[in-house]
Amino acid sequence: MAIMLGPMTAIRTTDLTKHYGKTTAVAGLSFDVEPGQVTGFLGPNGAGKSTTMRMILGLDHPSGGSALVDGTPYQELRHPLRKVGALLDAKAVHGGRSARNHLLAIAASNGIPAVRVEEVLEIVGLAAVARRRVGGFSLGMAQRLGIAAALLGDPEILIFDEPVNGLDPDGILWIRTLMRDLAAEGRTVFVSSHLMSEMAQTADHLIVIGKGRMIADTSVREFIGRSSQSYVRVRSPRLAEVAELVKVGELHADHLRVTGVSPLEIGTMTARAGLPLEELTYVKPSLEAAYMELTKDSLEYTS
Amino acid sequence: MIDVIRSEWIKMRSVRSTVWTLVGTVVLMLGFAALAGASNRSMAEGPVPGDAAVGGSLSGGLIAALTMAALGVLMISSEYRTEAIRVSLMAVPRRLTLLSAKIIVFTAVSLVVCLVASAGAIAVGLAIMQPPSVEAADVARSALGSALYLTACGLFGLGLGTLIRHTAGAIVSAIALMLVLPPLTTQLPGAWGATVSDYFTTNAGQLIVSNHANQSLGPWSGFAVYLAWVAVAMLAGAVLMRRRDA
Ligand SMILES: Nc1ncnc2c1ncn2[C@@H]1O[C@H](COP(=O)(O)OP(=O)(O)O)[C@@H](O)[C@H]1O
Ligand SMILES: [Mg+2]
Repeated sequence: MAIMLGPMTAIRTTDLTKHYGKTTAVAGLSFDVEPGQVTGFLGPNGAGKSTTMRMILGLDHPSGGSALVDGTPYQELRHPLRKVGALLDAKAVHGGRSARNHLLAIAASNGIPAVRVEEVLEIVGLAAVARRRVGGFSLGMAQRLGIAAALLGDPEILIFDEPVNGLDPDGILWIRTLMRDLAAEGRTVFVSSHLMSEMAQTADHLIVIGKGRMIADTSVREFIGRSSQSYVRVRSPRLAEVAELVKVGELHADHLRVTGVSPLEIGTMTARAGLPLEELTYVKPSLEAAYMELTKDSLEYTS
Repeated sequence: MIDVIRSEWIKMRSVRSTVWTLVGTVVLMLGFAALAGASNRSMAEGPVPGDAAVGGSLSGGLIAALTMAALGVLMISSEYRTEAIRVSLMAVPRRLTLLSAKIIVFTAVSLVVCLVASAGAIAVGLAIMQPPSVEAADVARSALGSALYLTACGLFGLGLGTLIRHTAGAIVSAIALMLVLPPLTTQLPGAWGATVSDYFTTNAGQLIVSNHANQSLGPWSGFAVYLAWVAVAMLAGAVLMRRRDA
């Protein structure tokens, strides 16, 4: 008797772990990536984003845990490119081959017809340079070629590792629009970045990691709502007394952080009590600041 | 599997350096045949005997063995150097399928090219040396033996390339194993040393080209021993390719 399972999650990692010698690149990551939306995979450099993606794609062997694509280990997909398209490093191509031949070789391996190569060359705008050797391509062109390769098999799942790194504004806008369009078609788009600002504009959902560990798995809206909450920063030579007076504050080493009470109300209270104030500031953190705050403990290198 | 073979064939023919290396191998074989022919002819007292003429015609094989080995190395090491191997493995995640397709395509291309090169070299050599008589069967056997030997050398390179992954390292290893160490093994002492030398890589492999036997092996058994060396390199490479991160 067949057991009915719900629709498979596009990508699922369970306790995924990777050690390189003494370095722990990924430490027990569990998350799901759902179709129909752009999922941003966010974390500072060295957080383990690329390593996680390589394990999902069957390139690196996990030291522990598992990564499944549509319920199956990647290595067991018969024509993987028809299910998953990925761009890891745009410059990882043989420079001596033409763009068309590069794509033809990839297409052939998955039984994808040659006409599809011409189609994707059109989609990414490389049809005019299809005969040129890719060694002479600019980073932007190489990026487009990588995306063409990812789109070859018309896959339901797309994985991009820092696709906008080093691109000019035109290229960035193009990739952003493409990812939104792919998600709107119901596909799964999983894209990494180390920049919050980038993800805020592209992603619907966020998976934030630091030092290989999960920091947050949340919708972008929720993340923005939670992290851009405003507060009032109060500093005073008699901070403890101020804190006692205001009651709702969160006491930090050199300041008090108050939410839900206006600066005017705080100022009035402290004036009545005769407590001197050094600072009374209304703070509305940016998204970037919230992200920095969230990941500051997991930064590998601090300047 | 057919799909993957087609893919590897597209990869091989779409890189100019591969095509030129193959053309270079043919030219090299023909050029050496001409040189050897001219020098044999001027040095010989009388007419050059048939089997010596055929053997001399294939003297380019010494260097062609290295160009084919280098080509075999590059077939995989170039993918590791550029990290394009990741693109290949995303398309064909079963690593041994990918490696098998490379082996098949390389073997087929190499056999054809090296057979043409060897037959051409013999034709050039014979035309210059004009031996009084040659056995047709001798010519066919030598051309085939040379093509088999050169292809095995290329596969040795492919195996070492898979094992070592770095172009320079793999080519240096190939030169050491195929060219430098074999003559040195003749210095090994005793009967045991002589046997080791007889079985050592190209010392055994070349017997099929010269159609001679050494103390231990004949032409075909020698070639079989050489193939065993190739297989060891290839299997070690295959095991590591499966196990390592790409
Ligand atoms: N092949 C490797 N060998 C050794 N260490 C590695 C390797 N790949 C990644 N690392 C280490 O693992 C950690 C995570 O790297 P990576 O996945 O590239 O992070 P990210 O993509 O988030 O910048 C880093 O400390 C990095 O140095
Ligand atoms: Mg990375």
